[in-house]
Amino acid sequence: MSQGILLFIEQRDGVLNRTSFEAMVAAQSIAESTGEKLSGIVVGKSIASVASEVASRKLERVYTVEDDKLAEYTPDAYVAALKQTIERLDPRFVILSHTYQVRDFAPKLAAALGKTFVTDCVGFRVEGGDVVFTRQIFQGKISTDVRVNGNPPVFASFQAGAYRADKAESAESPAEITALDVNMAGVEIRAQSEPKFQEAKQAVDLSQAPLIVAVGRGIKSQENIEMVQKLAEAMGAEIAASRPICDNEWLPMDRQIGSSGQTVSPKLYLAVGISGAIQHVVGMKNSQTIVAINKDAEAPIFDIADYGIVGDLFDIVPALTAEINKVKGSS
Amino acid sequence: MNIVVCLKQVPKKDSILRIAADQKWIDDRDVSYEMSEADAYALEEALRQKEKHGGEVIVISMGPERVRQSIKEALAKGADRAIHLHDSIFDGAVDAAAVARSLAAALKDEKYDLIFTGLQSDDYGFAQVGLILAETLGLASATIVMEVQPQEGSVRVKRELESGWFQWVKLPMPALLTIQSGINQLRYATLKGIMAAKKKEIREVKAADVGLTADDLKPVQIIERAYLPEKTKRTEFIEGKPAEAAAKLVEKLRFDARVI
Repeated sequence: MSQGILLFIEQRDGVLNRTSFEAMVAAQSIAESTGEKLSGIVVGKSIASVASEVASRKLERVYTVEDDKLAEYTPDAYVAALKQTIERLDPRFVILSHTYQVRDFAPKLAAALGKTFVTDCVGFRVEGGDVVFTRQIFQGKISTDVRVNGNPPVFASFQAGAYRADKAESAESPAEITALDVNMAGVEIRAQSEPKFQEAKQAVDLSQAPLIVAVGRGIKSQENIEMVQKLAEAMGAEIAASRPICDNEWLPMDRQIGSSGQTVSPKLYLAVGISGAIQHVVGMKNSQTIVAINKDAEAPIFDIADYGIVGDLFDIVPALTAEINKVKGSS
Repeated sequence: MNIVVCLKQVPKKDSILRIAADQKWIDDRDVSYEMSEADAYALEEALRQKEKHGGEVIVISMGPERVRQSIKEALAKGADRAIHLHDSIFDGAVDAAAVARSLAAALKDEKYDLIFTGLQSDDYGFAQVGLILAETLGLASATIVMEVQPQEGSVRVKRELESGWFQWVKLPMPALLTIQSGINQLRYATLKGIMAAKKKEIREVKAADVGLTADDLKPVQIIERAYLPEKTKRTEFIEGKPAEAAAKLVEKLRFDARVI
């Protein structure tokens, strides 16, 4: 009978991807609620330090799978190694963080095993020994509780930011680390990767900015961005943008906030004309204070805003700039 | 170079979404439909590659009668022919695995160098159909692709990674790529294209035609309940004319939130 929870730990060049700790929070909670034992798994080459760091957390065991073919990430190598391992360990659940890497191989892995994969979950609950996953549809506008009727292992990935990495429980004594062998001899690696690179010269590190004013599609044209820039200047804030603004090259790519840009948690995040689609929200939802200005009262951005103004940004932004300058002038 | 583009028709992005009475899905009575955004970009990319390298662009889509509208749009934009999986049995195939299985069955006798899908759909957003299809067909794959450069027998693609990082990867063809929105600029169908589309083939495929039954496509993941997300924050809405609202907001940010 399938037993246990297997948590996939992501690493790159021997450096642990910290979103794996977010998935660990979910996995530790599922383990406690179901009574299943939690193990971690790290695949790659020269991953001893990653395994040790994982082993310091509260889980039963950490498995390592090392092979030359796993030194560089490729979907072929990862699917082959993990398929063998999962067949051997026969877990009830395989838990992952919904990262770009996981998106690139995990659906193939689940399909190769003939199992179902519940992706991009934001939560779960346990009912009568069964795990019911919560995932959102229509870009975060609607939530669904999903029950799985398939055979184990059930794969589930958790959305970045759904859990907080710092809540991953530590252990009093380190978990045992067990190396597993895999047979990669017949595995054909079809992808040839080149070195990773960053496109925008990262002139500004938005993650260090205490105040951010971000602009979205509501701004309508490049010329109008100047109005928002004036507000940012008046406030002493950095300007940022949602993806469409950067795709249009109205602002440089290093100003982009979201799943394909920067993730920030400033003291103040002022979202101007941003609808709050999930791809943007994952990059800023942990900001201390969020203010949203949008003419659509139903915009999802208001779900996470502390303060909201439903109105025309073309009136409100200049009014805000004037008010800030007034307050500065009198102090 | 022949490219298959998998298209999904989804409720329009600006639709007002209401939960259905049975709380299992949305109430789609007054909903308009369109091509899922990433799929539109995938189609555009295929058309551009065809313009550069020649060959055929074949679009394939699964769904009820209304899906023909999106198929015709694709043909009007320049796709050469289409396959429409049209059967009440397919309407019940909502799992990514069931969709991929159906697509694979319909593509069995097709010859292609590349298959494009959007990276994920605007409705369910599973982000899986493409990769499950690739696994079923034994194809090399890459996801969240921002650039496609076909070479001799292979394709070099730029994958998007987190936080502004990218990576070029070379794959042997045939390969499957999931395409990211924003990879290019979408074209509009021209009147000439719309006229030409009327003569293009839309091959209708029923489940029985490809040896599939309702049992083969039965969902494994069941939506128990669909609902509006619980708000974890209580938003304080600031009312008043712009100058008034601005003044109130600045006051709150200075003295309540103390962030400025």
